[in-house]
Amino acid sequence: MADVNRGNRPLSPHLTIYRPQLTSITSILVRITGNALIVAGLMIVWWFVAAASGPEAFATANGFVTSWFGDLVMFFSVLGLWYHSLGGIRHLVWDSGRMLDVEKSELAGQMMMIVAVLMTIFTVIVL
Amino acid sequence: MAFLTDRKRAIGMGSAKTGTEHHWQMMITSVALIVLIPLFVFTFGWILGSPYEEVIAYYQRPFPAVVAILTMLVGWFHFRLGVQTLIEDYVHGLARKIAIIAMICVSYAAAAFAIFAIVRIAL
Repeated sequence: MADVNRGNRPLSPHLTIYRPQLTSITSILVRITGNALIVAGLMIVWWFVAAASGPEAFATANGFVTSWFGDLVMFFSVLGLWYHSLGGIRHLVWDSGRMLDVEKSELAGQMMMIVAVLMTIFTVIVL
Repeated sequence: MAFLTDRKRAIGMGSAKTGTEHHWQMMITSVALIVLIPLFVFTFGWILGSPYEEVIAYYQRPFPAVVAILTMLVGWFHFRLGVQTLIEDYVHGLARKIAIIAMICVSYAAAAFAIFAIVRIAL
């Protein structure tokens, strides 16, 4: 019998029963930042389309993107973007079979958080 | 009695219907974006907030325009792969299929609009 217990098997324990750990939090944050970038991404697409459409459309889009709300979105998106990029680099390192033990993963997680903040400060100062 | 091996029963039942190709494309786009994202942040961030004429003149230069086109192309494709993984983890059944199709459409549409706009400004 190939199908004795389909759909009624015990499930593996899920997120809610685990104590939050640095490795799980940094991983979840990579997912959140990556997907949240759709907001800034669509704002940038709108900005380019408006610039191609003419001065009036550009004034509307540019006004929104450079408003206090747009600045706020862009600030957190830059932070999320640097964090997500560092998380991506960590995944590429993991995929190569390196830094897979807990100590090094936690060190990489701490570095991601610190470096992402430093890069964001640098970006805000330069731009 | 129908004879089904465990392997036969498992094939095609994965959440994504494919795995290695998705992961490999994620790796390619990640590596490309490590280069593209800093270039885009500092070119786009540089001109953002400038008047209309300066923005148009800036994106008529090859380097900022090509960086923006590549970032929109690779970035939205990377997003399309990533958001699919997100949906597969949290949405189930028919809603999953609808959500994946919708987000793939949004991703490609965003890339197409952005690239068309940049090319139109540049040319």
